Amino acid sequence: MNLHEYQAKKLFAEYGIPVPEGMPAETAEVAHAAAIELGGDLWVVKAQVHAGGRGQAGGVKLAHSSEQVQQYAGEMLGTMLVTRQSGPAGLPVNIVYVEAGSEIERELYLSTLIDREVSKVSFIASAAGGMDIEKVAAETPEQILTVAISPDNGVQDEQAQQLAAGLGLDKKQRGQFADLMQRLYQLFLECDASLIEVNPLIITASGELLALDAKVNIDDNALFRQERLAELRDPSQEDEKEREAAAHDLNYVSLDGDIACMVNGAGLAMATMDLIKLHGGEPANFLDVGGGATSERVAAAFKLILSNRNVRGILVNIFGGIVRCDLIAQGIISAVKEVGVRVPVVVRLEGTNVIKGRTLLAESGLDIISADDLTDAAQKVVSSAAN
Amino acid sequence: MSVLIDSNSKVVCQGITGNQGSFHTEQCIEYGTRVVAGVTPGRGSEEHLGVPVYNTMREAVAESGAEVSMIYVPARFAAGAIQEAAESGVSLIVCITEGIPVLDMVNVKAALEINGCHLIGPNCPGIITPDECKIGIMPGFIHCKGRIGVVSRSGTLTYEAVYQTTQNGLGQSTCIGIGGDPVGGMDFIDCLKLFQEDPGTDGIVMVGEIGGTDEEAAAEFMQSEVTKPVVAYIAGVTAPPGKRMGHAGAIVAGGKGTAADKFKALDAAGAATVRSPAELGSKMMELLTD
Repeated sequence: MNLHEYQAKKLFAEYGIPVPEGMPAETAEVAHAAAIELGGDLWVVKAQVHAGGRGQAGGVKLAHSSEQVQQYAGEMLGTMLVTRQSGPAGLPVNIVYVEAGSEIERELYLSTLIDREVSKVSFIASAAGGMDIEKVAAETPEQILTVAISPDNGVQDEQAQQLAAGLGLDKKQRGQFADLMQRLYQLFLECDASLIEVNPLIITASGELLALDAKVNIDDNALFRQERLAELRDPSQEDEKEREAAAHDLNYVSLDGDIACMVNGAGLAMATMDLIKLHGGEPANFLDVGGGATSERVAAAFKLILSNRNVRGILVNIFGGIVRCDLIAQGIISAVKEVGVRVPVVVRLEGTNVIKGRTLLAESGLDIISADDLTDAAQKVVSSAAN
Repeated sequence: MSVLIDSNSKVVCQGITGNQGSFHTEQCIEYGTRVVAGVTPGRGSEEHLGVPVYNTMREAVAESGAEVSMIYVPARFAAGAIQEAAESGVSLIVCITEGIPVLDMVNVKAALEINGCHLIGPNCPGIITPDECKIGIMPGFIHCKGRIGVVSRSGTLTYEAVYQTTQNGLGQSTCIGIGGDPVGGMDFIDCLKLFQEDPGTDGIVMVGEIGGTDEEAAAEFMQSEVTKPVVAYIAGVTAPPGKRMGHAGAIVAGGKGTAADKFKALDAAGAATVRSPAELGSKMMELLTD
């Protein structure tokens, strides 16, 4: 689960991590009032959306008067912000964050994440802050510094010093940096974060470290014990279909193609998408109905798939392990009857009670195309969708 | 022959009285697995599915001599269950549970190293040596005793590999589902090593997926340490970037983690890669009859 920048910065402040003063606003008037309350003569107005690349997309603006703050807030609020990470439709700007401007001396990069290669929490730092860090990693990997934290020992001072030295910090800043790492680590553990990214972490004109941006992701698996953070979820930033899918215990991701698929198991679902592509089609979605698929769930899945108007064919690929093929077949039959499917449906069933399942489909009188195996299924759905 | 488990393996089930634990343990017993005990805190001295239930792993292992633990404990308690198993003296832990907080796994992983025991999973179908021992949720009937070692990060894709090698008569020595979580127990290298050493395994089917760099590491290992034929497939060529893969996670990998990179690494290591999961079995047959 993602937090908005304003939520993440509030969390930072609670943990004593230095952030600029700022206030969220849902209207241009409130943004204006916030600017006056914050004082000073420079403000930053930042669109609150769950996507990076806001700056280049016009979602971050410098204002030199409170009127300008109001103007920018008014221009951003109620629009869809399209960034390189938001998808073509963009994300709705319902809140802007008004922040006191900072004088930037240097921009650094710092993040904390689960490093799966070593199964530990790691810190990643770079002197090349404020940039697309993936690009930095790809082009100048020597500019990326990493330390892994042992769960038994926590952040060791020599680890902090190692990163601080690599970032070229002076003596006073090194002390601040070590303190910052301890606080970030504490926040990471206590909030069950899966990623904290500060890009940029700046050194101000007066030589202080300040978190100018804050990105925090919380481990979805840990939300049961992070009730306070779970309440910060902003459904407006999530894909509507993906949210609806989650409500039915379905795992769904929208794609750009026209051949839908419905599969049990995440790996097989990905493989089914790949197979469609391999045989000349374009997958319209990823959809895992899970191990314990019921006929209600299958029906919900069909409705979800068909709500995408681009879909010209459906491939159902089930390997019955725990889930029985005859139950899936019943689900397909009732879903097709109830929803009224107007595109070709190709079904490949294998595993537990497969004969029973295939017989049910064959005797249903419905226009369902049965496939013998994976390849046959992919070929059939691609060719029937093309007609 | 087989790896890790065989007909002599004595198994204890943690969470045996729960819905999942009960259902799947019964299936395992039916398959022929020697389930000797169960553990559910507060249910000690009961009997369930014909085996004694204990309050703690320590008691269960002391009384029953179990060497392998199979875990169906709910996610919020599962890491604690793995820890308890590691400290009880079993040599292998198979954790089926899905949805364990990743920081819990980071902590448990450190504990496993101290106790020197293997973990399979979490979030996995388990491990099976056909006709001898099934520990997990896989449908037993699709397996057939044979010569191929199967290792996979995905459940249903493991079944595909198994089904195909059963259909063409090769069969399986042991199949290991290592699970789909970012922090887990045994990885591809650990399994490749075991299959390479096992005289009963003639070929290895490896099924990976996008994310992380476990497959790349396995490819490097393969190049120098694996002489048996390997058929490899990676799921997720068409998966959109950035979805479920943390933005900064890609940094650690130095731009690695895509299916294309993994295929490339495996090709370079001399594995026989297939672009279609439907060709796992036929490709292995081809390699073994050449």
